[in-house]
Amino acid sequence: MKLLQFLLLATLGSILCYTVLDMPPRGEIDAPASRMESPVGTPVAGAYYIQHAYEDTHTPNMVAVVLADYRSVDTFGEVVVVFAGVMTCFFVLRRRRP
Amino acid sequence: MISQTQSPIIEIAARGLAPVIQLLGIYVFFHGHYGPGGGFQGGVLLAAGVLLLRLGIGASHSQAQVTSKSTVALCALGAFIFAGTGLVAILWGGDFMDYAYLPVQWLEAADLRYYGILFVEIGITIAVMTGLIAIYDDLLGIGNAGNN
Amino acid sequence: MPWEIEFLLFIILIVSAVISLILKNLLAAVVTLTIYSFTVALIMISLGAVDVGFTEAVVGAGVVGIFFVVAIFKTTRKSYD
Repeated sequence: MKLLQFLLLATLGSILCYTVLDMPPRGEIDAPASRMESPVGTPVAGAYYIQHAYEDTHTPNMVAVVLADYRSVDTFGEVVVVFAGVMTCFFVLRRRRP
Repeated sequence: MISQTQSPIIEIAARGLAPVIQLLGIYVFFHGHYGPGGGFQGGVLLAAGVLLLRLGIGASHSQAQVTSKSTVALCALGAFIFAGTGLVAILWGGDFMDYAYLPVQWLEAADLRYYGILFVEIGITIAVMTGLIAIYDDLLGIGNAGNN
Repeated sequence: MPWEIEFLLFIILIVSAVISLILKNLLAAVVTLTIYSFTVALIMISLGAVDVGFTEAVVGAGVVGIFFVVAIFKTTRKSYD
């Protein structure tokens, strides 16, 4: 059984290494992630964010603009998840006064 | 002042280190527009300072900064500031979270988005900071039934 | 960043993860998990993602460690499996 687990993990690791060897190097300009058009010809949203972030908001930090303005509903969901965790701890763990 | 812990080293170190961590948290929060940082990281750093005080000098002595009764209410207030900024934009004719429609007349749209991001990050900071402190207090049973 | 430093970071990452899995003392396992989380943060920063690395360093190495220590103090300190 232990040998079977080891063989399964070795197979999975070799598949992962083979996949990583086919990926483009870090920071490659011609990689599909950093092109202005996707491989099917539609414009990529990230290029718009990089070009228009300062004109739209006058904020130098692009990451803050994407997190709090372009994708603010996503951040709102994050805060709702934190609040739901706090509410769960409040109702489950806090004992009432007897 | 009666010490909570046995060792004076832990108490002195916690009391000296916690304001530095909280000052770094405030810096990270307000510098989020210009560098790495923002609401979530600043809130977690502020909560880490308060949690260090809770661990170091005891629960009853560290109630002076954030009391255990007010944490859940402040967490709700932070989430409400975030949602309220978006709802005000809806009420003045825009989409949800479209800060260009906030009702301030003498600013242009880009500067309105700048201050909208600032308000949103204030909400995230308050919610995350008091939320983590509330989880810690509920785990240890601080602040209920008088056993702090 | 030269590749030797990154290779060293990956070695520390794997070793600390394995050690935190096989330790029986849970408090030492939490400390090793904090080392793992901080190494992940350093790798993120070396990849260029400063914000993600900052969040990982603050949350994973700071607050999660405190919560794990509190949970160990509320339950038991040794693992029996």
